Amino acid sequence: MSNLNDNFSFNETNEREAEKILAKYPTDRKQSAIMPLLDLAQRQNDNWLSRDVVEYVANFLEIPFIKAWEVVTFYSMYYTKYNGKYLVQVCGTTPCWLRGSDQVAKACKEMISPDQNTLSKDGLFSWMQVECLGACVNAPLVQINDDYYEDLTYDTTKNILQSLMDGKEIKVGSQNGRTSSKAVS
Amino acid sequence: MLKEKDKIFTNLFGDDAYSLKSAKKRGDWDNTKTLIKKGRDWIIDEMKKSELRGRGGAGFPTGLKWSFMPKDPALNNYLVVNADESEPGTCKDRDMIRNEPHKLIEGCLLASFAMNAHTCYIYIRGEYFNEAVVLQNAIDEAYEAGLVGKNAAKSGWDFDVYLHRGAGAYICGEETALLESLEGKKGFPRLKPPFPANKGLYGAPTTVNNVETIAVVPTILRRGGDWFSSFGRKKNTGTKVFCISGHVNNPCNIEEEMGIPLRELIEKHAGGVMGGWDNLKAIIPGGSSVPLIPRNICDSVLMDFDSLAEVKSGLGTAAVIVMDKSTDLVKAISKLSHFYKHESCGQCTPCREGTGWLWRMMEKIGEGNATSTDIDKLLDVTKQIEGHTICALGDAAAWPIQGLFRHFREEIEESLTKIRAA
Repeated sequence: MSNLNDNFSFNETNEREAEKILAKYPTDRKQSAIMPLLDLAQRQNDNWLSRDVVEYVANFLEIPFIKAWEVVTFYSMYYTKYNGKYLVQVCGTTPCWLRGSDQVAKACKEMISPDQNTLSKDGLFSWMQVECLGACVNAPLVQINDDYYEDLTYDTTKNILQSLMDGKEIKVGSQNGRTSSKAVS
Repeated sequence: MLKEKDKIFTNLFGDDAYSLKSAKKRGDWDNTKTLIKKGRDWIIDEMKKSELRGRGGAGFPTGLKWSFMPKDPALNNYLVVNADESEPGTCKDRDMIRNEPHKLIEGCLLASFAMNAHTCYIYIRGEYFNEAVVLQNAIDEAYEAGLVGKNAAKSGWDFDVYLHRGAGAYICGEETALLESLEGKKGFPRLKPPFPANKGLYGAPTTVNNVETIAVVPTILRRGGDWFSSFGRKKNTGTKVFCISGHVNNPCNIEEEMGIPLRELIEKHAGGVMGGWDNLKAIIPGGSSVPLIPRNICDSVLMDFDSLAEVKSGLGTAAVIVMDKSTDLVKAISKLSHFYKHESCGQCTPCREGTGWLWRMMEKIGEGNATSTDIDKLLDVTKQIEGHTICALGDAAAWPIQGLFRHFREEIEESLTKIRAA
């Protein structure tokens, strides 16, 4: 976990990436780059944004801090605290709920922490209930960091979490053997 | 049933690669230049002939929408593609982006040319990280092959396309909230007028179209507007990708003819309702924002804009959420109320305060701790939200509740009476 955010700045790779991002928008519309830049900064900073990091991004874009902070707090994918190495997001909206997302959440409670947004004992995991992730025909599903794990059950959720804990590789996508959103025939 | 040869998205499930090489084998980017050389008026005319209606939910005729764009070449028009797919039940754009990205990119070029736009932004929801990676790769491939960029596809038209990732806000699927977000601000919907076609992104004329709307454009132009409009019925034409989720044996996405009977859609493609058709309780036919319909309507309704509007629901995004008899409908709809409460941007008071109030009342009813008067009050509040906000999120929060009580009030009141008696 990174606590040392004083003097945060983009590393060399991200410095180049930031220039590429800025080039997408008109030169007098730099503020447009705030979302991708916050994302970039967050990835460099263990997947969370401290005030210092947000200040850096605001300065980078030459906009007031509050304009950047408004964006950080409006969108759900910017995190103002550390969530562990693995952030498990459990979709609980109706299409997932109809197919057993409560069981997926139960597996997370048992394996990670009884409460949402709370680090596991080893400090590596946390989980939270989120709204529709947009993969409803592969419900229920979780998003772990950048990847979707779909067509879950209580057991397959537990297996995935156990594999991550054991450092084993797991297959991204559907866990019941089908291809993407094609019907099982 | 739609024949294989008439499917637009032949690689919807990713059986084949998404790469430019594979896409070309499927017919994408085939002499795009000749389509452009036929001119702007020809393109818009074919789109009008196709009777394509926007696939993002509202169903506005696409050709007409395009014709609103100012033609003055001095203006800096924009095309913005809405890939912020977040309507519960909906996951069709995701498949098009990850498995058919070149259909989308080619569509962006053709649509931009038709609307006098040299620049296009594709706004994709932040959670679709892997899909964004695929789409960016495909865009890079198209640049390298000279299909986009200066003198795109040797057409003489300069065209740039950029991908912009969102960060988790349903409201950014509303077109003006999306534009605000793209400008680097909170996703607050704008008051209209002015409409985006006059003042959109950076104050310039802008058209915002859904992914599916744009991705079907190249095929429509190649095969002709008349070909597309030969499917379905008048004003409800074409093929459509449906998402079938919930209590069916084989949930899936599937491209079908517009206007296919709902029952046929589910039984042919999704393995039928769990426990059989008789075990069906209700269906939300077009994504979370449209009112549910009970089984007796599901028996015969057709899946198109006008048929579903006739039964006081809507085609929306064509996301079919199936609920069997084991479903606690109050809880199912209450979860949607929670969704709208969570996603309200907070700009308008009726929505900001109302969505939370609706959810709390729905929970109360779910717990059995409510009376008939409470239901009256709840429905009254939905009417006070509906139509009184800048954007349609307030309406979308109101309609599922209105639909629930339109069809199941008696049943819910009976169970409340039983709970009180116990």
